[in-house]
Order: sequence, then C-alpha cells, then structure tokens
Amino acid sequence: MPVIETSQTIDARGLSCPMPIVKTAQAVRTLASGAAVELLATDPGSTKDVAAWCRVTGHELLEQSVEGTVFRFVIRRK
Amino acid sequence: MTVATRPTFDPLAEAIGALEGLSDLADLPELPLAGPERASAVDDAKKLKDILIIDYSGDLEKVWAALILASTSGAMGVRTRVFVTFWGLQVFVKDSVRITGQNWMQKMLSAMQRPGVSHRKLSKMNFLGMGPWMMGRLAKQYGVASPRELLEAAQALGVEFIPCQMTMDMFGLKASDMIEGMGEPAGAATVIGLMTENSIPLFI
Repeated sequence: MPVIETSQTIDARGLSCPMPIVKTAQAVRTLASGAAVELLATDPGSTKDVAAWCRVTGHELLEQSVEGTVFRFVIRRK
Repeated sequence: MTVATRPTFDPLAEAIGALEGLSDLADLPELPLAGPERASAVDDAKKLKDILIIDYSGDLEKVWAALILASTSGAMGVRTRVFVTFWGLQVFVKDSVRITGQNWMQKMLSAMQRPGVSHRKLSKMNFLGMGPWMMGRLAKQYGVASPRELLEAAQALGVEFIPCQMTMDMFGLKASDMIEGMGEPAGAATVIGLMTENSIPLFI
C-alpha cells in the first residue's frame, strides 16, 4: 500500500459526534491544497460522517481503515 | 390438458424487473464524485444551499441539538445562520451576566431562568438541576461536547448568530449582555427572506 505523507494527526479518539468532524474541518482549513491529514476516531458513526463530510466539502478521503476500536482516515485537502 | 392461467400481479417480481432494467445504467460514464480535480468540477456545478436554524427554545436538550447541527453545518462548509429568538436568545447572553432587563418584570424573568449557554434546564426531568447535572456527567463520560464548546466551535467555523430585535427589546437585553461575535439584530422578514431564497430552515 502506498504510504501517504500526512503533515498532522487529528486525535478525535474518545470524542462523540460532531466533534471528530468539527476538529477535522478546523484542521483541514489550515492545510495547503493537496496536503493530507490523518484522523483517528473511536466514534463508529464517523465512518459514515467522514464520507458525508468529504462528499459535501469536496476534500478527498484517501484511506479508511479500522484497527481494534480506532477508525483511521486519511483526508486530502482539495 | 392445459389450464388457462390468469397472469397474476406480483409487485415483488415487478420491482425486481424494474431494478434489473436499471443495471443498464452501469454502462453509463462514472459520476464525477471522487478525486480532487473532479471535486472542483462538482463544486462548480452544485451550489450548496444555506442552512438557517431558528433557535427558539432555551431548553438544554434543544439548544444542544441546535448547536450540534450548527457546528456540523459550519464544519461542512455550508453557510450557516442561527436566528435566536424568544427563549433561545437567553442562551446567547454571557454566562457571567446574572440579571438582565430594565424593568422589574424583565429582571424577574431573568432571575427565574438564569441566562447563558451553561445554565440551561431540561424541558423534562429537570428535578431542580439534577437532570442537567447527570446529562453533563454522561456527556463528559461519552466525549460529547458541551453546548458551550459547540457554540465556540460554531463561531470559529464562521456560523453567524443573529439575535431577534423584538425579543431583545421585550426582555430588555442590551448588546453588551450578549456574547461576543453576535450578528446585527434582525426580524422576521429577514428570516422569511432567507427561507424564500436559498436557506433550508430548521425550527428548534
């Protein structure tokens, strides 16, 4: 699997809706276009919510995986 | 011997038949939904609607819901306005302000229900503050942001909070009573105007 360089990690583990999305939005705003960020969350709803957020904002969901109870996403700013 | 059978109507079979017909659509070019280049093309094509939340209630659980939706909407890059009116306006008074109003009735109302986002009561099961206290404990335990945190996040994400001028007057609220960053007070015509233009309204 190609490794994608992420400049920062958003740690939303332990946070409920909507904070993983709120924190992602705040972090992605600080990125340059094309830069990627890693999001870690434990909210199971985040799998659907991150996809919806990407669909509406136009940012790209590059990777999505789950390890134990932690969901990991890699998002690239458009 | 052949038996003439009447063709029977089977809605399930009809539905399946209709779905199978749709498989032809798979041959159509892929919809431009993923990828950064494609995403910008989608942005050009689709203009997102605005969200207009009318925060009428001052009850803890409704304020919470309104602020969850407002902060999420802001996070999704949607232009979001929250029109705060009647009991909802009390939420946007500074937590530190105890008594508001100019005359005894206005002061009495603020004394009976302390204003501020951190002093909300539940509409049901308030039990002299026991209900909100338990809700607060549960929220912390489950990583749910408090209304105050959500309000701050919403403001940071550019959500606009518009106070109702009429309610400001009726409760004797001054601009200095309200939290920082509130918009210019406006009225019902502003709300209806937004609804008829490009805003999806929510009344909470």
